[in-house]
Amino acid sequence: MPETEKKSSLDGALLSIQNLHVWYELKRFGFGHAGFVKAVDGVSFDLKQGDAMACVGESGCGKSSLMKTIIGLNRPTKGEIVFDGMKLTETEGNDLREYRSKIGYVQQDPFGALPPFMTIQQILEEPMIINGIKDKGQRMERIRKSLTEVKLTPVEEVLPKYPHMLSGGQQQRVVIARAMILDPQLLVADEPVSMLDASVRVEILKLLRGLQESHNLAVIYITHDLSTVRYFSEYIFVMYAGEIIEFAKMDQLLNNPQHPYTLALMEASADPDAHNAQVMRDVPPGEPPSLVNPPKGCRFNPRCKHMIPGVCDVKPPPLILTEDNHTVLCWLFDPQHSAET
Amino acid sequence: MASKNGNLLEIKDLRLYFKTRSGIVQAVDKVDFNLERTHATVIIGESGCGKSSMAKAILRLLPRNVQTYDGKVYLDGEDIMRLNEEEYRSSVRWKRISMVPQAAMNALNPVLRIGDQVAEPAMVHLGLNKKEAMSQAAQMFEHVGVPTDFLYRYAFELSGGMRQRAALAMSLVTLPDLVILDEPTSALDVLTQANIMNLMKRVKGQMETSFILITHDIATSSELAESVAVMYAGQIVEVSDAYHFFKEPLHPYSRKLMASVPRLHAEVEPEFITGQPPSLVNPPQGCRFADRCSERFEKCDEEPPMVKIGNRNVKCWLHVDGVQNAGD
Amino acid sequence: MNYLRRFTQQIKDYPSAVVGLIIIGLLVAASIIVPLRIPYSEAVRLWRGGDDIWADYPRNAWPKWRNWFVEGKLPETIRFSTAEGDGNPVIEQLSEGTKEVKYNFEFDFPFDEFPPEINIFANAIYNEKQPFVEMVWITPDGREIRAGEFSPSASSSFRFSQDSRLQRRLERETGIEGVSANQGLFDDPEQEGLQVLKGTYSLEANTLLFEDDSEVDLTFVSYGLVHGLAGTDHRRRDLSVALLWGTPIAMTFGLLAAVGTTITTMSIAAIGVWYGGWLDGLIQRLTEINAILPLLPILIMVGTFYSRSIWLMLGVVILLSIFGISIKNYRAIFLQVRELPYIEAAKSYGASDLRIIFRYLIPRILPLIIPALIALIPTYVFLEASLAVLGLGDPVLPTWGKVIQDAFAQGALFNGFYYWILEPAGLLMIAGIGFALVGFALDRIFNPRLREL
Repeated sequence: MPETEKKSSLDGALLSIQNLHVWYELKRFGFGHAGFVKAVDGVSFDLKQGDAMACVGESGCGKSSLMKTIIGLNRPTKGEIVFDGMKLTETEGNDLREYRSKIGYVQQDPFGALPPFMTIQQILEEPMIINGIKDKGQRMERIRKSLTEVKLTPVEEVLPKYPHMLSGGQQQRVVIARAMILDPQLLVADEPVSMLDASVRVEILKLLRGLQESHNLAVIYITHDLSTVRYFSEYIFVMYAGEIIEFAKMDQLLNNPQHPYTLALMEASADPDAHNAQVMRDVPPGEPPSLVNPPKGCRFNPRCKHMIPGVCDVKPPPLILTEDNHTVLCWLFDPQHSAET
Repeated sequence: MASKNGNLLEIKDLRLYFKTRSGIVQAVDKVDFNLERTHATVIIGESGCGKSSMAKAILRLLPRNVQTYDGKVYLDGEDIMRLNEEEYRSSVRWKRISMVPQAAMNALNPVLRIGDQVAEPAMVHLGLNKKEAMSQAAQMFEHVGVPTDFLYRYAFELSGGMRQRAALAMSLVTLPDLVILDEPTSALDVLTQANIMNLMKRVKGQMETSFILITHDIATSSELAESVAVMYAGQIVEVSDAYHFFKEPLHPYSRKLMASVPRLHAEVEPEFITGQPPSLVNPPQGCRFADRCSERFEKCDEEPPMVKIGNRNVKCWLHVDGVQNAGD
Repeated sequence: MNYLRRFTQQIKDYPSAVVGLIIIGLLVAASIIVPLRIPYSEAVRLWRGGDDIWADYPRNAWPKWRNWFVEGKLPETIRFSTAEGDGNPVIEQLSEGTKEVKYNFEFDFPFDEFPPEINIFANAIYNEKQPFVEMVWITPDGREIRAGEFSPSASSSFRFSQDSRLQRRLERETGIEGVSANQGLFDDPEQEGLQVLKGTYSLEANTLLFEDDSEVDLTFVSYGLVHGLAGTDHRRRDLSVALLWGTPIAMTFGLLAAVGTTITTMSIAAIGVWYGGWLDGLIQRLTEINAILPLLPILIMVGTFYSRSIWLMLGVVILLSIFGISIKNYRAIFLQVRELPYIEAAKSYGASDLRIIFRYLIPRILPLIIPALIALIPTYVFLEASLAVLGLGDPVLPTWGKVIQDAFAQGALFNGFYYWILEPAGLLMIAGIGFALVGFALDRIFNPRLREL
């Protein structure tokens, strides 16, 4: 992917992702080499303390790998992640643990994310015990505070319970409480509500928003459902096949979506209306491409109805700034080719 | 034998209760429900409201711990509840009513080829031989947009969207009167969901099949619904045509449900519903939504009747004339 | 723990398991009580045997309860010991330095069969002049038969069956050629052939002491054909000692082996799965090689060439079972558990590898292995018994397997001593059933899907 002017990364940004590549090696029966799964293939962005950023994309686009790398569960293959002044590629051992303790991780499956054989109290104590908070009183204090913040009260009743005794929404609150227990600076939430009921989703999303505001957290919020991001983030970027294909402030993206893929996502996320049953949605057919051998040129080109033959399927598109803070990775916005739009 | 008013399916007083360790779960509690021919109805409800049990009750796919299963289910005027197991299996299940179960893509047998699985119902219920059944399957694949050479592939070779289409083909291969779809798109990506819903719209137009779509996703439901039924705590609380429902739902629960949908294109912040649905083991007396309802009043301690308003039905005291508080 | 609660709530649904629990409870109680009542060193001493310990016991006697099942009553052991106060001694000073002590041993003999042996043991204390004992046998019908006389030393015995003069007297008395003392003394002369005369017998033993401080202690034993709760073996040892003491040994061996191997195996599987790579490969290869190694022949080799100590055997068993084939099962489960979201979450808040293995992975599969562990205990109990039967049992300890081995070596079945084999075999079976019942029920409690079966 062609380099372009990097946003001034280190001024005021809590998290800076610089040309990040995360490739997984495909082994062939022991020792052979069958290529790489290029899950993240050249991603850059910055995030300031107190801001929420949404990452939207379908399964297989690399968003989960991106998040796991940011958290420190994967190693970058190329490029750099700078978080609170620490460079991830140079962080090992105890420093890595400290790095991880500053990032809270909320997962998709609330029941799977909690060890079924531990009580809520034990679950919440674990991160603190591991990170050296030896005083039991101090730990209990933090637990009470955390549970109260996620509105799981009365605290004393919740503590001795096991995860299976709670509802899905309550379990997710425990997951959030656990993510907050070490007072992190960044919260990464990977599809935090997609396994919850519709009426509970909004409650949890509002809870996350409230925590973000009261703790001045930076939040990265991953989802495939565009309709939930509107109220909960300042910035949004759309990922496709390992790349960021559009980046903008929330209103900009919703009012002026540019990349054909973004347009398709918006078309597919229609609001409920009886009229929907009468019309066909204008969405591209097909599936996201393989990450081992992505298509030549623009990775979306096989499904794009605005594809410019000879251009989109040959050369990778440049990153174009179309308005303030709004970038898109598409030939259609290149002044030389914009005749097609 | 057709029924008098052209309804394909008429359900009266359907009950399905399960025996569990914690008590008797009244999953489907005296439900009345009608479906017209070549019509698509959506049953909307959250998890635990009994909607999946309703699908199983209609198709008689009962688990072992059933305690009560009664009521009347008229398919084209004939009460299929009266049929015994064998008659039901050979004449109704998958011949006239079929189902695409939840997570259908995981319900495909991993050791059989897809084509064999899709062809099997045709062989069993239509009496076709293998060759004829496979060509019927191939036809279905064309309908649902799966390339025909996939007939010879295995489930793991297909993506999620393709598997869902294959499951849909399997449910259509016997050209049934009714297909029940239980959360057909919940595990799929948003673009794939849209594609599948497009597919359903096309199939519905081309074949004369009726659909019952069961989902908790209101946005998806609006893609196919001609009429909407809302289920709460084992009961149906509202039935309405799609246009009026999405414009203005009647039941307080329906209204709250609509308000909780985050909207992409409108400037309305979504609201959530406080509290939780009641347990189906000991459902509360009176209106089951009462303790989460912001409009409740004393009459709600009594179970409300199903009230007809135009051609809509609502199970709520607020819509019964003369019952509300003065000043309401 | 959560599982304990679940277990106690649900166990009452499985009556078979309750039976199993009762059996295990009794076995465990025995394992605790028996070593307290009969300390280890005492048990070893008793089992080593020797004339002085078991002399009063019959050889190969059936258990007492056999009499419930047979037509004619078999005689029980009848024993008197003057040292313990029996015999109603009547002391008469005959002259200066000479004392006569008369003992009378009176007993009922309501049995239908003759005792196999009758002995008198005498322990005399004297300086120079040996005391003298003469005995008279009095039958229920009033006959007096001179039983014999002898001069006891510090530790001597008079075996009635070996005294030829007594035998000749009895031949005359009963009119039967070649009658032996233990039969003749009890025979009914009125009846044709040998027939027990039931009634009250007594043996009068007069001891003459020629010194002031000399003493004689007499022990009279009419051996039974039945004795004790469990019978006796070829060395007159009361089998109940071995059966009782076999319980804690079996339980300990079984439990230690089962727990030791299961926990170690599981930990190895978890470590292999977690670290992956060459470590996992190495563990798998070791497991596969070990699967081919035959356990029993190796144990036989160790026992034959090195030592038969039970602790050594236990050690070898555990060592060879650590890389048991069940590693593959655990590995399959761990591979799935490793992918669960909560493991990932633990990594994200900084849990170390070891902590994840022991605090997050292993507890997840504990409910699966507990039933397996419990059902594994009888396997090791049987293994110990098998080793003993093959002659590789611990040489000093009384175990169930040892009893079977003795019985086998002495041709118990051939000789009709069925109790000798059935009793230890029965105990082994009951122990196995008890554990198996509980294990199966636990399996169904902890693995709900099995409930349908």
